[in-house]
Amino acid sequence: MNKKTPVIEMRDMTKVFPGVIANDHINLAVYEGEVLGLLGENGAGKSVLMSVLYGLYPPTEGEIFVRGKQVDITEPKVAIEHGIGMVHQHFMLVPPFTVAENIILGSEPRTGAGTLDIAKAAEDIKALSEKYNLEVDPYAKIEDISVGMAQRVEILKTMYRGAQVLILDEPTAVLTPQEIKGLFKIMRNLTESGVPVIFISHKLKELMEICDRVTVIRRGKMIGTIGIEDASPQVLASMMVGRDVVLEVDKEAGHPKEVTLDVKNIHAVDQNGLPVLNGVSFQVRAGEIVGIAGVAGNGQSELIEVITGLHKAKSGAVQLMGETITNHSAKQIIHGGIATIPEDRHHRGLILDFSIADNGVLGSHDQPPFARWIRRNFDAIKDYADEFIQEFDVRTPNQEALVRNLSGGNQQKVIIAREIGREPNLLIAAQPTRGVDVGAIEFIHKRIIEQRDAGKAVLVISNELDEVMGLSDRILVMFHGEIVGEIPGEEATEDELGLYMAGAKRNTPPSQGGETK
Amino acid sequence: MTTSEKSTTSVWRERIMLIVGPFLQRMILPVGAIFMALLVGAFFILAIGKNPVTAYAALLKGAFGDIYSIGETLENTTPLILTGLAVAFAFRAKLFNIGAEGQFLMGGLAATWVGTNLTLPMVIHLPLTLLAGVIVGGLWGGFAGFLKAVRGVHEVISTIMLNFIAMFFISYMVTGPMKEESALNIPQTARIADTAQLMNILPPSRLSAGIIIALLVAGFIWWLLWKTTVGYEVRAVGLNYFAAEFGGIKPNYNMFLAMMISGGLAGLGGAIIISGLFLRYQHGFEPGYGFTAIAVSLVGANNPPGVVLAALLFATLSQGALGMQNMADVPQDIVYVIQALVIFFVAAPQIVQALPDWIAKRREAAQAEAEGAQLEGGQA
Amino acid sequence: MKNRFKTWTLLAVMLMVSLMGNACGGGDAADTGGGDFKAAIVTDTAGLGDQSFNDSANRGLEKAKADLGIETQVYETSQPSDYEPSLSRAPSQGSDITFAIGFLMTDAVTNVSSQNADAKYAIIDSVVEADNVASLVFKEEEGSFLVGVVAGLMTKSNKVAFLGGMEVPLIKKFEAGFKAGVMTVNPDAEVIATYAGDFNDPGKGKEVALSQYAAGADVIYHASGGTGLGLFQAAQEKGAGFWAIGVDSDQYELAPENTLTSMMKRVDTAVFETIKATKEGNFKSGITVFGLKEDGVGLSPTTNKNTPQDVIDKANALGDKIIAGEFTVPTTDEELESFTPPK
Repeated sequence: MNKKTPVIEMRDMTKVFPGVIANDHINLAVYEGEVLGLLGENGAGKSVLMSVLYGLYPPTEGEIFVRGKQVDITEPKVAIEHGIGMVHQHFMLVPPFTVAENIILGSEPRTGAGTLDIAKAAEDIKALSEKYNLEVDPYAKIEDISVGMAQRVEILKTMYRGAQVLILDEPTAVLTPQEIKGLFKIMRNLTESGVPVIFISHKLKELMEICDRVTVIRRGKMIGTIGIEDASPQVLASMMVGRDVVLEVDKEAGHPKEVTLDVKNIHAVDQNGLPVLNGVSFQVRAGEIVGIAGVAGNGQSELIEVITGLHKAKSGAVQLMGETITNHSAKQIIHGGIATIPEDRHHRGLILDFSIADNGVLGSHDQPPFARWIRRNFDAIKDYADEFIQEFDVRTPNQEALVRNLSGGNQQKVIIAREIGREPNLLIAAQPTRGVDVGAIEFIHKRIIEQRDAGKAVLVISNELDEVMGLSDRILVMFHGEIVGEIPGEEATEDELGLYMAGAKRNTPPSQGGETK
Repeated sequence: MTTSEKSTTSVWRERIMLIVGPFLQRMILPVGAIFMALLVGAFFILAIGKNPVTAYAALLKGAFGDIYSIGETLENTTPLILTGLAVAFAFRAKLFNIGAEGQFLMGGLAATWVGTNLTLPMVIHLPLTLLAGVIVGGLWGGFAGFLKAVRGVHEVISTIMLNFIAMFFISYMVTGPMKEESALNIPQTARIADTAQLMNILPPSRLSAGIIIALLVAGFIWWLLWKTTVGYEVRAVGLNYFAAEFGGIKPNYNMFLAMMISGGLAGLGGAIIISGLFLRYQHGFEPGYGFTAIAVSLVGANNPPGVVLAALLFATLSQGALGMQNMADVPQDIVYVIQALVIFFVAAPQIVQALPDWIAKRREAAQAEAEGAQLEGGQA
Repeated sequence: MKNRFKTWTLLAVMLMVSLMGNACGGGDAADTGGGDFKAAIVTDTAGLGDQSFNDSANRGLEKAKADLGIETQVYETSQPSDYEPSLSRAPSQGSDITFAIGFLMTDAVTNVSSQNADAKYAIIDSVVEADNVASLVFKEEEGSFLVGVVAGLMTKSNKVAFLGGMEVPLIKKFEAGFKAGVMTVNPDAEVIATYAGDFNDPGKGKEVALSQYAAGADVIYHASGGTGLGLFQAAQEKGAGFWAIGVDSDQYELAPENTLTSMMKRVDTAVFETIKATKEGNFKSGITVFGLKEDGVGLSPTTNKNTPQDVIDKANALGDKIIAGEFTVPTTDEELESFTPPK
């Protein structure tokens, strides 16, 4: 679309790690004035490709050109010199420092006397901030500013160092919908003033909204680059996955019955004694899916851990089918009828060096038929594993395979098979499709809805608004350890949820003081 | 006719490989490491002006040359199996039990006490002697596990400290309350009663029935680890504390249990060495089996069958060292070098694994060079 | 590439040459043995190079090899379970007399001597009652008495110290003899006795010695094996006027400016004399005591370097009385209490 020389071009880029080809002859070019999307599933090789460009890994093969000139990028310093700026998923800022101090870190301006010239730096930053409409206050401390602002500081930092092209690695994962809109505006400003952007994402809607062209890679291989006018979410998805997929969650209205889970005014603190749950109350009924939306870190994780007995509540009560289970042991709660798909499958969900069969019985490993006294019954364990491998379409040579060797989607299927297999009264699904490829998402959503239709209570917690909106019959929004909003699923819009998520709106009564033991 | 025969043999070969294959695969690393250690050790022997072939022959002869040597080698294997299992079992729960030595010594002391102070028929006395070792060793290890589970005290620190406490406590007991009354005034306990002694099973060597117990226990620990919920939970905690907790397993209880079982195994080792070999406790008795055990466990990949083989390897090396210095006049320090090299090559598997690659590369390079030379020759 | 190949070839050739060379050398060694009598020592786990016990025994063995023209062999051990195999293997390798160095081998010698009734054994510092075992024990208290006399006469602060390895009966003998010697020549002097709790920790030895010097002692006698090496470091650090007394071997070289004397425990004498007697057909089972009389203990030859002759004379005079049986040196705390110093 642009006949000029690309600002950055990578030709036949190949990166081989022992035993893995992470990038296999990938070609990528970004031109002035455009946003280039880089799309691929988790583990497809997006991050590796960008790390090579930024000098974090040496390439095995291939060449990098900056404005037509071949360059040899051996370390990030060289990348910065060539005008390549990168904003990582995890910010690299010093919290007690001011914005200005953070931005000049590593390239501090000096006064004539050799002392730090912070005033000049602040001025420069202010000018830059105004030029790109970033609205950053150079004197604010990082620890006091919002996530969205911190991200803008990171962008500003690259600009300050003279970036001519900006790489954003999954920048929207930590943002509210409003903040995402703001970010997109900034990206437009940047491209208009001559700084093209490479936008790494696997969110199809966002790519469609902001990108001019999208380069798709799958399993380290280059699939192609497509102009946005020729693309659609469907097209992008099938390029990314390699087959046609259904993107929309397809379900009928739920039929809520009796209350299964009743959470009453839960208060809890983290290990440092700081409050993380400030009076959470809600109910989940049999035959309905309740979704909890919210920006990550607003107490959702702790709420699940309290319900499942892994984190102690300071006060309040959790009742399952009328029975109080507050602060019971994890084992009692599992056997009481709560099954949980944990939010991080590698942290809580799986024992990666156990086989599929061994992971499949985790939690019921000491129950008949899987064990008699302390003797494990391998026939039963294997039969069970074979059964769920078939039913949940886990792609594996056999049930002896280590879970470590499965793809993310198949790992998630093992967890879901195990948890649904408990035949619980309440199914908690936390980030059920995080890091799972599009094909598996579709499958997992179907399974969750099946559970509801079978009369189970389901609680879904997700950072993906689309997922919460698609699945839930009722949506709750968490903000600062409280439920601040309750909206029927079919009425929810992204904008409205965003207001609740940012704490700008509330439709629930403020919680009663806690500490009533 | 012939073709069908061939196919049956190949089917059988496949079946055998199916069973033996994984075992062989697991053996590649340790066997390769031993091979490389012996190879490098040979250069050390050369460096001190001796003949490696003679030295290694003497080593083998010293360890397996006659019934006596075989018995002695196996007798040395016995405590290494048990302490090796101790370290391996704790390691399955991701606990680094540096304290096998202390648990071993305490188990030995407890066995000595029961063996010297009680008068009972053998059917009761002998099992009780060994059981005392298991219990006291188990408590010694369990205490470290308790500190870890309840107070989060790192087991490396606590077990090292408990080693020192054990050594000084034993030093006090052997020179004080438990010292034998005799004209010689040697700081040692009395001999344990005949009814508390394990029978010799391979005279003239000193091999006691302890080796049988050790092998049975290795089998039991294998069963416990791989066939029971106890082992499942311990391994789950070791591999992923948080997932285990999520699955209703109590991680802290399992860490305590693993340390207790670990200590019990080491303590049994101590009891067997007293009941089957030394028959009394001497001052300064610190044979270091608990420390060698860490290497045994490492080389044995923390798995009971591997531990048994690794224990045999280390016992062979230390027994063979005697033969090497007697028959080939090579100082036994060389054997420490070889032991250290085995550990080094097992701990750094890349080196062993890189060897075949390296050879292949050399071959390729040599070939390329040869071709190049041919080409040059052709042009000339 | 080619060069590297050459290097490997060269190495391989060197390997083969040295193999053959050694094979010949081995053969030679077997022939140069000399006489048909062979003696062997089995060291304890500290092994050769301990600057003490095992080295001393080895000196006796070497002397026998040189003076008597016999064959010798040393068996080093690395763990207690090695004692028996080594002791039992030595006779089968042709040893006519095999020495067990240290009381820790008592059980082992008891066992192997009954299994190998034809072989002859000797054990240092312990007693094994068997027809084929010579028990060689020392009167450490007598030698310690003499160094006690030196210490008692040399102290200016009237405070001397004893540094023990571990509080075991053997070491108590050193302490009792030393205290008796000090008491005999200097009744006003105080003796501080401290045990390091280890025979092989020079760092600990130095720490204890420095604390004893700090407490006012100016002469320290150690009986603590390798731990005592720290004493000599401490004395050197403190400088002139701070004295150390060595043990077992002549330890003068460890601190030439600060060593008064060493209590020689002549394990070498015991080993040599026993080999000699056995070779001449006079092997004697039972207990053989090596005291002042037998030249089994005594002051080191370097004593005169830092100790005035009159002090040495005084010590020797008292030594003669011990040899003459005029008084007996105490070996325990109890005997020390009832000990009356000779006039």
